[in-house]
Amino acid sequence: MVGPLAFATLSRGTLMSDTPIERVAKATPPTVGRWIRGLSDRTIAWLFVAPTIFLLLAINIFPLIWTVNLSFTNFRANRPNKEIEYIGLQNYERILTDGDIWLTMQATAHFLFWTLFFQVLIGFTLAWLINRKFRGNDLWTTIIVLPMMLSPAVVGNFWTFLYQPQIGLFNYVVEFFTGTPASSFQMIGDVSLAPWSIVIVDTWMWTPFVMLICLAGLRSIPDYIYEAAAIDRASKWRQFWTITLPMVLPFLMLAVLFRGIENFKMFDLVVQLTGGGPGSVTELTSINLKREAFEKWRTGYASAYAIILFVTVFGLASIYVKALNKVKER
Amino acid sequence: MKTKGLLAATTVVAMSGFAVTGAQAEDLTLCWAAWDPANALVELSKEFEAQSGNTMHFEFVPWPNFADRMLNELNSGGKLCDLLIGDSQWIGGGAENGHYVKLNEFFDAEGISMDDFAPATVYAYSTWPKGTPNYYALPAMGDANGWFYRRDWFENPEIMAAYKEATGQDLREPETQKELLQIAQFFQGREIDGQTRYGAAIFTERGSEGITMGATGALYAWGFKYENTPGSYDMEGAVNSPEAVEALEFYKEFYKTATPPGYTDSYMEQGLDAFKSGQVAMAMNWFAFFPGLYADPDVGGDKIGFFPNPGQNVEASTLGGQGISVVSYSDHKEAALDYVKWFAQPEVQAKWWKLGGYSCRNSVLNDPTFKDSQPFAADFLSAMGNVQDFWQEPAYAELLLAMQKRLHDYVVADQGTAQEALDLLIADWTETFEDEGKL
Repeated sequence: MVGPLAFATLSRGTLMSDTPIERVAKATPPTVGRWIRGLSDRTIAWLFVAPTIFLLLAINIFPLIWTVNLSFTNFRANRPNKEIEYIGLQNYERILTDGDIWLTMQATAHFLFWTLFFQVLIGFTLAWLINRKFRGNDLWTTIIVLPMMLSPAVVGNFWTFLYQPQIGLFNYVVEFFTGTPASSFQMIGDVSLAPWSIVIVDTWMWTPFVMLICLAGLRSIPDYIYEAAAIDRASKWRQFWTITLPMVLPFLMLAVLFRGIENFKMFDLVVQLTGGGPGSVTELTSINLKREAFEKWRTGYASAYAIILFVTVFGLASIYVKALNKVKER
Repeated sequence: MKTKGLLAATTVVAMSGFAVTGAQAEDLTLCWAAWDPANALVELSKEFEAQSGNTMHFEFVPWPNFADRMLNELNSGGKLCDLLIGDSQWIGGGAENGHYVKLNEFFDAEGISMDDFAPATVYAYSTWPKGTPNYYALPAMGDANGWFYRRDWFENPEIMAAYKEATGQDLREPETQKELLQIAQFFQGREIDGQTRYGAAIFTERGSEGITMGATGALYAWGFKYENTPGSYDMEGAVNSPEAVEALEFYKEFYKTATPPGYTDSYMEQGLDAFKSGQVAMAMNWFAFFPGLYADPDVGGDKIGFFPNPGQNVEASTLGGQGISVVSYSDHKEAALDYVKWFAQPEVQAKWWKLGGYSCRNSVLNDPTFKDSQPFAADFLSAMGNVQDFWQEPAYAELLLAMQKRLHDYVVADQGTAQEALDLLIADWTETFEDEGKL
């Protein structure tokens, strides 16, 4: 009964001029109400945010601090009986001097750069085309965004079939357009093609996301700006460079930020598609980290690895957000 | 009379149940990989349920995730599994980390003797430290990596003549690794019944253990050893011996010249698919799958033949198979031990083999009728006589992942030479053993 009573009290007895504390006090039983009246606005505010802060500390901050602590040890989660030793910066030193780790960093950088490049290029182009009013506009938008509604694991799995050299549709499409025999190349088995195979699938899946953000940007540009430019006899090309692109740029940069962070920690799609192979050419840092942490069980080492990745992403993202804010201020 | 008979029978069944359990009926969960023998075990276990009154539940995990799932379960002290049929390589970790119950006292009390089981299986599946009389599992499922082939193609006069013409030899089950490759290369790209066929499906999988299990078939046949002296962790000159280098180069040549296109990440399922779909003339896989293959209406029966892994410098096969262990975190250890006791009985083991499981009990294997009981039974015995296994150290997962990476980098991804791959492998393993305090 407390809920409906409180609601009734609130709706009958409150005045718009009441302070938030007064309104809350009136909506609660008298004993509690008296206690609440004694609280300051600041205390009330803290009471409201306290559960969130507690959850944040428990789920994010504490594990982070714990991970930092573990990164200085030789701890292995699968050896509960083994003594834990503090080994200083040894884990960090081993990671930063390990050639294989740098290869996974390179693979991640390749994946990150090219997926962002193609997704921005194609996403923006699609948004620009979709923004032009034409018949079936909504239908095309729906069709284009379909890939991003699928689960990455499912996408990875069915693209392995599409890439299959004997029965895969992808190879036959390539054969149709280029004349290269379908069974003569392997997208996910060839060292030079495998890195591109994951770029293609991620681009196919996430370009619609970039397109949607760009579309929002394009539709936020008021028509009168273009009308004014037209009166000033600005060409379409000039309108694009001086109006469209600058006004969409903050949206585009936001899309790059989202996709960049997502792709830096890419795991599921690539694991399903290539498993990190052939060899280790598509073994991105997140896959490598998972192997260290949960297959080799080098928990201390993996913690140091995770901290290095966290600092890298956090640092790059902070620089990028500053640049984004500058663009928005212009 | 009928009622009396029924009552008597019920009493006998009830008494026998009590005799086995001596306790209240319990729910037991047995964890294993999801594959053909697991289905046979479900069938077999119905007898245990009837006798003991306990209810059996099964947690079968697909092979690619089996190790991950189960080792996580053990490492977190999970109570999901009362019984675990875990891979042979887990025995070191299972024993040292306290995941498995030591079974010596139980075996002594129940009169279960390890002398009643094939020595190779006891060594591989039950003991830790290796070869000592400290038992953490009962040999449950003998297995090795073997081969099967399209007998109908091998016996086709036209194909036989073509092979004779191409090689000057008769087409037959290969007796050496090099002969195996020669046959596979003969079939590679050959038109049979209007379709392009390929040589053989071999293991190349990167994620779990595939390429290691496949390549060791060649490495062991060339005489590969993990250590110069067992237990010394002295790997230089053993792991990267000239024979090992030659074997690894051989495996790469096999992959490059005699497998279907796109087989860059294939393991058990992909190999079975390739064979069943008629893509390949031969395939490697675990003996555990052979009963199912023989029963296959399309490629089984008269159309299929089997042979153990051919030797080269020595006769050798890669060990598969598992022992059954009682998980130390289980709340039903007594009932789980009852299951082990029941499973070890000679008559249960005989039925296990009949249903499609590979018994390790001497009474089954040494039975005069065993060799002829299935077309692959003699090959199984032959293979189990010279099996070799991967490291069974507590750090086995780390050791395995290093080998997976180095082999896949060289064989599939064309990076470096065989010598470099094996040298790097020694460096990886040395680092692991140093971390373990064993070097």
